[in-house]
Amino acid sequence: MVKLKHDIRWMNLGFLVLLIAVLVVAACAKKNPVAGAQPAPPPEISGPSAVPSAPPAPPQRVEDSVPLPALNEDAIGNRSLEDLNRDSPFKPAFFGLDSSELDDTGRADVTANAEIMKKYPSWVITIEGHCDERGTAEYNLALGERRAVAVKTYLVALGIAPDRMRTVSYGKEFPFDTGHAESAWAKNRRAHFLIMSK
Amino acid sequence: MNFQLPTPDSQGDPPPDSKGDCARVNSLGAVSWVLAVIVAGVVVATLMAQAPQTPAPAVPPPPQQPSEIQLVISGEPGTPPRYAVPDFVALSPDAADIAKTLGQVLWDDLNFEREFYMIPRDTYATIPAARTAEEVPFAAWRELGADAVVFGTIQKTDPSTVRVQVRLYNVRSRQTVFAKEYTGSATNPRLYAHTMSDEIHQQQRALRGVARTKLTFSSDRNREKVAGPVQNRDVKEVYIADYDGEGQRRVTTNRQLNIFPVWSPDARAIAYTSYRRGYPDIFIALIYQGLQETPTNGVGQNWLPTFSPDGTRICFTSNRDGNPELYVMNRDGSGVRRVTNNPAIDTTPTWSPNGTQIAFTSDRSGQPQIYIVGADGLNLRRITTMDSYADRPTWAPAPFNEIAYAGRSGPGYDIKVFDLASSTTRQITFGEGSNESPAFSPNGRHLAFTSSRTGRVQVYTMGRDGKGLKQVTRDGNNYTPGWSN
Repeated sequence: MVKLKHDIRWMNLGFLVLLIAVLVVAACAKKNPVAGAQPAPPPEISGPSAVPSAPPAPPQRVEDSVPLPALNEDAIGNRSLEDLNRDSPFKPAFFGLDSSELDDTGRADVTANAEIMKKYPSWVITIEGHCDERGTAEYNLALGERRAVAVKTYLVALGIAPDRMRTVSYGKEFPFDTGHAESAWAKNRRAHFLIMSK
Repeated sequence: MNFQLPTPDSQGDPPPDSKGDCARVNSLGAVSWVLAVIVAGVVVATLMAQAPQTPAPAVPPPPQQPSEIQLVISGEPGTPPRYAVPDFVALSPDAADIAKTLGQVLWDDLNFEREFYMIPRDTYATIPAARTAEEVPFAAWRELGADAVVFGTIQKTDPSTVRVQVRLYNVRSRQTVFAKEYTGSATNPRLYAHTMSDEIHQQQRALRGVARTKLTFSSDRNREKVAGPVQNRDVKEVYIADYDGEGQRRVTTNRQLNIFPVWSPDARAIAYTSYRRGYPDIFIALIYQGLQETPTNGVGQNWLPTFSPDGTRICFTSNRDGNPELYVMNRDGSGVRRVTNNPAIDTTPTWSPNGTQIAFTSDRSGQPQIYIVGADGLNLRRITTMDSYADRPTWAPAPFNEIAYAGRSGPGYDIKVFDLASSTTRQITFGEGSNESPAFSPNGRHLAFTSSRTGRVQVYTMGRDGKGLKQVTRDGNNYTPGWSN
């Protein structure tokens, strides 16, 4: 009986050591937010994943290793729709107060967007028209419609097929910046691009 | 002898000298005599009122007829009658809370139209409470200055039903001028008070009260986000509430944008603009049947529906021909006709009370302004000229010949009312936050609108003279009210 107790104590001690080791590793891993959010590396990265046999294995290189260096030029095309729309390659086009006319900057931004559309000819997009809060909710729905259509018309003039673009107006219903000053209003008077399919 | 009663055959083509026609002529003659006498009396009375200094020996004093009850309670000359509404009497102990509610709600309802001076309920403490109609202490009420006092009882007849009785007394004559009994469900006792108020306004003032009407509006109070690639987009759902803001209930549940709700004239349906398909389109919720109609049948993008006053047609904004224009369709979506035709924006329609004209917003002059056009698309004219920006016209119901709208003033908007007869504009809000989206009550005496005066956007009601502000919503932000018949 005494010997058994002794063994159990040794086992407990061993378990404790193991636990501490695990905690230390976990704490190390937690220091890196990417690794914390990504407990298991996705299975598709077979090439570099030979490394994780090492015990601490802080996998902070996961994001970098997804696009292979050889395919770097298609970094945009390989991303998921969700990622693309969260961090969009398209620039929004901004408008003046009560205006649906594209100024020089707006035309340059839409032209850049047209180049992306030409590079990825399978992409279908929605152009959202948005307004700042200074107009009325009712009228702004029509103003946002006209902003979205103005951008679509310009893209058609740049050679983009109209059936690749839908327009929708959200008026002042979905502000990007909820502030009540010109800095916010300027951000909210925009045509926003969303990729619907690719 | 041919004194037969007219048969269905003979009615179609009666002989010119038949008995029936004779009788009709006689009765018409009698009616016109009575009318003539009444008109003469009214004319004399009007003359009297206009020229009080003129001696009037020709008018005899009204005959003293003690058997006749003076139904309309009047106040002191030149002042509105003073009303008192104490708590109702609970005839069963489990109705005590309802009894208190009925008194308070009836007081509030009668106060809303501002036809009576409502004596504050916290001044009734010194007056002994009557348990029966015979105990109503008229002398004490008279001392408080009351011209009219309500005595009501409430009894639970079984756990789910109630019997409510109400009497309105003329305090001076101690006579009952209004008496009603209601029985029904106990689930919403406020409705009994609303009904009494509407009936008292009808009887005492020939006024159509709004105590039983409802509001609808759009709200982000759920703090839910629209599912989609762009974060932080607030869901807006359509809600309804009693005219006083009680009983707020959600109508739509699709977690998208659901905005610009309006009532059908029969108050059984709500048309609104929804993005549930990813773009704005018109939906009609039959709220008591739980059904939904989509009258536009997937043609173009459509928004801001508004029912014609007879409920048979809907005017709305659509981009189906390339830019925002107004269209009219039958309620089932058939018979679509284009009303406006201009490269500028045409939107936010409202019908005239007789359904022959439509007021709307257009920026064809460079800025959004209010215009009127025939429902057939003819006879266009602009009505607002003094505002740099005007939107959301709302045509008042008869007999008020006016259009309310939101006009830009300072950093925000104020509610303004354009009088069509005099082409003059009056303002009823004055920069207390931004005041937008006016909607008339069905009797035209009140407006619902939104205001940011407390920080967030809330629905308020107000008299058409700008008095009697009342906050209707408090939760989240609430937008674009519609008011039911």
